[in-house]
Amino acid sequence: MAAGNFEKYKSDGSIGGNVLEWVDARFPATSLWKGHLSEYYAPKNFNFWYFFGSLALLVLVIQIVTGIFLVMHYKPDAAVNANGVPIAFASVEYIMRDVPGGWLIRYMHSTGASAFFIVVYLHMFRGLLYGSYRKPRELTWLFGVGIFLVLMGEAFFGYLLPWGQMSFWGAQVIVNLFSAIPVIGPDLSIIIRGDFVVGDATLNRFFSFHVIAFPLVLLGLVAAHVLALHETGSNNPDGVEIKANKDENGIPLDGIPFHPYYTVKDIVGVVVFLMVFSAVMFFAPEGGGYFLETPNFYPADPLKTPPHIAPVWYFTPYYSILRAMVWNFFGLPAKLWGVVGMGASVVIFAALPWLDRSPVKSIRYRGPITKVMLTIFVICFFILGYLGTLSPSPMGELVSQICTVFYFGFFLGMPWWSRMDKFKPVPDRVTMK
Amino acid sequence: MSKQGKMDCGRRRLIVATAAVGGVGAVGALVPFVSSLLPSERAKAAGAPVEVDISKLEPGQMMTVEWRGKPVWIINRTKDMLDTLPKLADAVADPKSEKDQQPAYAKNDTRSIKPEIMVVIGICTHLGCSPSQKFKKGSEEGMGGEWLGGFLCPCHGSTFDFAGRVFKAKPAPTNLEVPPHVYLSDTRILVGEDKKGA
Repeated sequence: MAAGNFEKYKSDGSIGGNVLEWVDARFPATSLWKGHLSEYYAPKNFNFWYFFGSLALLVLVIQIVTGIFLVMHYKPDAAVNANGVPIAFASVEYIMRDVPGGWLIRYMHSTGASAFFIVVYLHMFRGLLYGSYRKPRELTWLFGVGIFLVLMGEAFFGYLLPWGQMSFWGAQVIVNLFSAIPVIGPDLSIIIRGDFVVGDATLNRFFSFHVIAFPLVLLGLVAAHVLALHETGSNNPDGVEIKANKDENGIPLDGIPFHPYYTVKDIVGVVVFLMVFSAVMFFAPEGGGYFLETPNFYPADPLKTPPHIAPVWYFTPYYSILRAMVWNFFGLPAKLWGVVGMGASVVIFAALPWLDRSPVKSIRYRGPITKVMLTIFVICFFILGYLGTLSPSPMGELVSQICTVFYFGFFLGMPWWSRMDKFKPVPDRVTMK
Repeated sequence: MSKQGKMDCGRRRLIVATAAVGGVGAVGALVPFVSSLLPSERAKAAGAPVEVDISKLEPGQMMTVEWRGKPVWIINRTKDMLDTLPKLADAVADPKSEKDQQPAYAKNDTRSIKPEIMVVIGICTHLGCSPSQKFKKGSEEGMGGEWLGGFLCPCHGSTFDFAGRVFKAKPAPTNLEVPPHVYLSDTRILVGEDKKGA
């Protein structure tokens, strides 16, 4: 299915045909087009959940384009201007108030950040539902986890740039996470900050990472993710391999060409998505204080932490896990366990292909244990996310500790509960329910 | 591997040696990039001591000054505040200040040179937020009935008493740090230096 085994284009004698033949002799244009679009056969039974991969790509494009235009006006400088306002903070206000259309571009970018995570979380949930991470798609999944990690870094670096109160103190907390690592930690956090405190050096290097380094890595990983997917072919809601049943031409019986069938389907998704996206962007760009947090409308003040600080919503589940660790296990400080727990809660997704021992992929043919475990996991994820937006409290601490146990229980217990569970016979061919 | 299936060992050694030299060069090329991430000379030079006038600091009040980009709190503790310290000896993680979070002259029951004047860096030892004042007792601060007054870190809920000592079973691993400081006169403190005339 991969690109490369397609015949070169033969001109029909027209000018356009001649040009294409000339190009095709020198560049795999036809091969790429056919291999990844017009003759890439995707299962015909994709449902609602299969919108989010292409939507993630759309949001990536939105972020890159809006980012390019924001950089034309933004200044990464923590020094204060003549009015006593940090230059970085003032340049964001300048974009919002004085640059024609700047407010819209900035709101596209800030809403896009949250939209990116919504779409990616739904995309990942689809993988959990239908076992998309299972053999032979482990590498697709691993590249995806890589994308998720880079995306989190990208979001974190970007959030410092407006140089508001939440930018500053959020960066302070996250950079200090690294200082919890034994031996090298304190020096590592100094290398990350470039100073002994979060300051101008930190702002400038985060800007560099945000606009150059991480986007480059992200694009590379997205390409690898799609290439790996197109090598194995897509999974589907039934979790059966469509390549197992091919016609005499070697085309999967249950496959349809990605273009035009799924490109057209995805346009519907794009239209609906853009309607929702625009509604948020125009009517609630701050997302009720979840997309853009109130303290970030105040310039950074290194002497005063806002009374209530919380990360942006997409980090709150992991933040709750960080806060839930208050015991000094094995003589190591709770601070380190918090950091380890937080890191593990993200990275553990990478282990899924090897934790899941069920004989079937899709939840459609799996038994009650899988359904209950997945439901508990999702509920815990939401509770952790909600608690992460609140101030610390004894009750919240206890609940987040319980949810942390269930969160990790879902993954670490999976080799056992996935094998114990009942399963139904899987059909040979995809179903269209 | 040659066509005959025999390996030309001399050439293979040459390839390995070339790759090794290239690898050393590549690692060497990292040096300027990694070292550029370290704090610059200008950043290292910053951090001069700060002189503070505490003559207007009334009992029960707190002031904040900036030293090396960090908030330094100076608290004029009342007798009531000081009386809470011995009561909390069992509740805090390091009542005797055993961990090296203060100069030797502040390793005492009040963690200060003068009992009533507390000088401490207002940065939580967990992840670097600046704790907020919760000076009143109990439920007035929404802290529960047993609260005797102190500080609450808004980020992860670590609590500290009036001497900056961290309570047990909180994320912060150590007491708040007491910076080097010295009294230039009765009402003037130099934060960042130990010795007079420095």
